[in-house]
Amino acid sequence: MNPLRVLIVDDEQPARIRLREVLADCSAEVPNLVAGEAANGLEAMEWLSQNPADVALVDIHMPGMSGIEFARHAQILAVPPAVIFVTAHDQYAVAAFEVNALDYLLKPVRATRLREALRKAAGGARVARAALERADSRPRHYFSVAERNRVTLVPVAEVLFLKADQKYVTIRTREREYLIEESLASLEQEFAGILVRIHRNCLVARACIRGFERASGEDSDAGWAVVLEDCPDRLPVSRRQWVQVKTLANG
Amino acid sequence: MNPDASSIRQNAAGDALPDFRNLGVIARALLAANVFALLAASLRAGDLVSQFIVVAYAIEPVLFASLAALYMGRDVLARLPYAAGVGCTLVLVAALTAAMYFLDAARGQDVGAASLAWRIAYALALTGALAGYFRLRNRAFSPALADARLQALQARIRPHFLFNSLTAVLSLIRRDPPRAEAALEDLAELFRNLMADNRNLSTLAAEIALCRQYLSLEHLRLGERLHVDWRLDPEVEQALVPAMLLQPLVENAVYHGIEPRLAPGMIEIEARRVGDQLRLKLTNPYSAEHQHRQGNRMALANIRERLRLHFDVEASLDAGAAGERYEISIVMPYRTAP
Repeated sequence: MNPLRVLIVDDEQPARIRLREVLADCSAEVPNLVAGEAANGLEAMEWLSQNPADVALVDIHMPGMSGIEFARHAQILAVPPAVIFVTAHDQYAVAAFEVNALDYLLKPVRATRLREALRKAAGGARVARAALERADSRPRHYFSVAERNRVTLVPVAEVLFLKADQKYVTIRTREREYLIEESLASLEQEFAGILVRIHRNCLVARACIRGFERASGEDSDAGWAVVLEDCPDRLPVSRRQWVQVKTLANG
Repeated sequence: MNPDASSIRQNAAGDALPDFRNLGVIARALLAANVFALLAASLRAGDLVSQFIVVAYAIEPVLFASLAALYMGRDVLARLPYAAGVGCTLVLVAALTAAMYFLDAARGQDVGAASLAWRIAYALALTGALAGYFRLRNRAFSPALADARLQALQARIRPHFLFNSLTAVLSLIRRDPPRAEAALEDLAELFRNLMADNRNLSTLAAEIALCRQYLSLEHLRLGERLHVDWRLDPEVEQALVPAMLLQPLVENAVYHGIEPRLAPGMIEIEARRVGDQLRLKLTNPYSAEHQHRQGNRMALANIRERLRLHFDVEASLDAGAAGERYEISIVMPYRTAP
């Protein structure tokens, strides 16, 4: 059996060193090698876009992007690693993990527990995407976009609007567009307060709304359209959403 | 611990004379004496205002003389056991009442209707009532303090910090045993202080030393991400402050200001003496989106309460975000051990 390729993701260097040691202690029973290390979720995604890993040992409490959000993004990879969560003590996360039957290790990590978790991961155990979403209901900081064998992370703060188009949702930032495979309804729910629905097929970043003007387009029959900061596009507001959008934008 | 030692400790933390140099204490005494004068005036025949002037004329000199004497004698009285301290205070007030009476009589002024015995009885009753009030007030704070202490203890030993520190120490044991030893010693020292009675006063120098030990543990975990800038007036080191004043604040600064950031951040700790005041300022990076779910109100509330117990209205604590930084300012009387 080939040794398991392990990626260690933790923002604290001593914790990464310690995991290396404990992994080495386990290697007689469960052959493994540390293929890479990352200090946060962004670095880890970057590393994974160039290197394969069988297992990722991921701290939950990290700056920038939580371990749970990282795990959600990693699942978009063609061959995602099995994620094993590690936490010092995060009562919220631990409670959510118990409820959703996600496995986790407590720090300081013991060799016996790590060995068990590695065996399970080697056996093909993967965490369910739905369980991850339930375990951390806070909005993500990034959208993950699968592009040519790699995953691009688009910061939610850079998004101007999202537009649904049959199977895909188009993300529009100031620079360019991306396609993701998620439903507009679940995005609306996740980013309530950040994104506002203005039309059956469109969510807009609330912070980017600069105003409204009378729409002149064909399909609008003289309704209103949203004017966005740094964006030439005028997005029609549906009659159904108009009252709600207007109060949100004013408030 | 032998039973004697424990009873001494309890006594020390229990009844004590109020701080006669504290503005709050002086104001409360003045207020009580004048309310007392107003009551006495209302019992006398005649119009209330003129009767109040008569009573006040008899009371104020004794009141101010007593407060002045207690102000000067504070350190001597504070060293006595509680009962002896109260006794001395009563004797002092009685003596001053008599002295004022004879002074007035010698100057040929009208000493009024009340005889000397009555005056002394009034003065002692008022002093006794005030002593009882301050004792009750002190006690009213104490059970709350014991409770707050327990809660604060649980809140202060953040499990997150403990387990991450232990992991950091474990990572050193094979690579660098002497550093692992030093780290465990720091951890032990920190916990000893966290578990100690924090109702007493300690020197700022001791508080700073404790913070440095704590920060060396955080440095172990966070490395280059944590920068600390100390700005200390050398003369403030001997100032008396409530025990465990700084460490919880520094821990909050690391937890809320440094840990949620990807980039390194700076904590600034400043201690200065301005006239009769000790001013402490602690700032850390702040970003609204980086706030942890748990707030830091408990540590702040606990420290505010202890400042009030020790310094009454003369101490204050202000906390809030100022732009990109979160700032905590504490002002308290500058005081050193007698």
